[in-house]
Amino acid sequence: MLLFSLAWQSLRNRRVTTLLTVFSIALSVALLLGVEALRVSARESFSSTISGTDLIVGARGGGLQLLLYTVFRMGTATNNVKYESFEEWSKHPAVAWTIPYSLGDSHRGFRVVGTNENFYKQYRFRKTRKAEFVAGRAPVEFNEAALGSDAAEKLGYKVGTKVTLTHGIGAAGIMDHDDKPFTVVGILDKTSTPIDRSIYITLEGMSAIHVGWQGGAPPEPGEEVPSTKLKKEDLKPEAITAFLLRAKSRIDTLRIQRDVNNYLPEPLMAIIPGVAMGELWSTVKYAEIALEIVGGFVVLVGLLGMLVAIYTTLNERRREMAILRALGAGPIKILSLFLIESLMLAASGCALGVGLMYAGIAALQGVVEKQFGLYLRWQGFQPEHGIYLGLVLGAAVLIGLVPAWRAYRNTLADGLSVRV
Amino acid sequence: MSHPTLPSSITLEGVEFAYGPKLPTIIDIPSFELGAGESCFLYGPSGCGKTTLLGLIAGVLQARRGRVQVLGQELSALSGAKRDAWRGSNIGYIFQMFNLIPYLNVRDNILLPTRLHSSRKADELGRIAASLGIEELLDQGVLELSVGQQQRVAAARALIGAPPLVIADEPTSALDAAHRERFLELLLGQCKEAGAALLFVSHDQSLAPIFHKQLSLPELNRAAKVEVA
Repeated sequence: MLLFSLAWQSLRNRRVTTLLTVFSIALSVALLLGVEALRVSARESFSSTISGTDLIVGARGGGLQLLLYTVFRMGTATNNVKYESFEEWSKHPAVAWTIPYSLGDSHRGFRVVGTNENFYKQYRFRKTRKAEFVAGRAPVEFNEAALGSDAAEKLGYKVGTKVTLTHGIGAAGIMDHDDKPFTVVGILDKTSTPIDRSIYITLEGMSAIHVGWQGGAPPEPGEEVPSTKLKKEDLKPEAITAFLLRAKSRIDTLRIQRDVNNYLPEPLMAIIPGVAMGELWSTVKYAEIALEIVGGFVVLVGLLGMLVAIYTTLNERRREMAILRALGAGPIKILSLFLIESLMLAASGCALGVGLMYAGIAALQGVVEKQFGLYLRWQGFQPEHGIYLGLVLGAAVLIGLVPAWRAYRNTLADGLSVRV
Repeated sequence: MSHPTLPSSITLEGVEFAYGPKLPTIIDIPSFELGAGESCFLYGPSGCGKTTLLGLIAGVLQARRGRVQVLGQELSALSGAKRDAWRGSNIGYIFQMFNLIPYLNVRDNILLPTRLHSSRKADELGRIAASLGIEELLDQGVLELSVGQQQRVAAARALIGAPPLVIADEPTSALDAAHRERFLELLLGQCKEAGAALLFVSHDQSLAPIFHKQLSLPELNRAAKVEVA
């Protein structure tokens, strides 16, 4: 107990150095835990992009590619799914619901997604959340569109704005569907998922903008079909890009997947989102490991600061050691005194670091979500965080052994005399 | 109070010491004795092995040869850790200067031995502080004290818990003449009151007469390289 009180008073006596040391350890600990929270948040955010969907079905090809263009709106599909196939699977007795996606167009860099009302009703992310409208309603007519929140914000569109869609996914330009403008009827709430970065129209709308576009090129002048002449009934889609599927009972998922993969009328493939997401995430495993390594080194640097702070006091404290020695404190007690000082610095650093991490996350949460679409949150204390803090303290003791051992050697060499 | 059961405070017989097997012998003392409760002035100019001798008596160093018996305890019979504890319990030690732990206040500095060793009791604190004239300073930081005050605090720490032996290593060399005399009187008086033996080492021979016994280390120590003054 005396050693603790001595260590405490000695640290308090060197207030400024102590505070700076504690603060530098705290910063490194906060960074370590913050990086950890970021890592888990990123994974959580990533894997909660889609929930409640049992299978994603698309034309046969790469599973990862299918996941990328349906869930993350990245890359393009090489083949379509016939609308009849989609209808057949939608009516399958074991299927609860389906959400069709018809992709391939864009508007000023935002992907256009043709879908139906199931998307607004059934699509889930972050476990149970769904896309809600902050303004307006879901598109019903073929010339109506809804905007994800990023798209609405960046483009500055409001309910009622007329929009011209672009064929393909390049910038606006020569292949504009300017013969058939759309009207914005709804704007979705922010979800911090790829939903925010898309524009939603009906499947009929998707067909409408491609009427007369045989061969993937705009209609010849004079062959344009003005939207006033189009009727919803004529716009039954011929194909979609992919669809999401939910089984009535999850037990059927694997059977449905097998059946889709063996579907005779056309070559299809079904992937389980969780499995595909896991595969995709494992490709960025290196980034995760790199983050962890960086976090570890940051802590090491913080603790080296502590080593320097204690070590530089050793010479001026030789007198103190000789006094303690004369008072009957053995070299082991002196070694312990230094170790306790290291431990106290590291422990207060850890405590302050945890506080800083909480404060930092609370302060940055909004900005990070807004800027990067990442919902940063602290997942609460897990056993591994205890292990991290334990490792920090353990490393502090190991590093603290350096000055402590030096003090021990000094004590033995100096005895009761000191060369000041 | 005195320690009548102890025939002597310090007994050295044929003590030799060197810092390493191939290094020169620094201490070679055929015989030295300090009786219980006696005060002894040991003349020790620099270079005659003064620090080493005190290290041997305090049990920080171990003699290569001979017998070091302090307060009836054969020091070579104790392990390192036991010697440390024994020293803290039985010896009050005063350095030349910078005696105090800078981050403790006066009271905590004085009470340090009592916290390290349960055999040293703190109940005399008030009396000792009063007799040394530092009772007003107890709650002050040690850096605010004058050198004279610091040495008196050091004396209080050496005396607290009534150790049977006090070793003072040039405790007055940092003080001016007036303070030196006053400090010596206080130290001797307190040692006498506590019945503690006092081994007082100094190069200032003018102080010698007030002690029971006067010895010269260069004469005691056959290994001493006496400087020609």
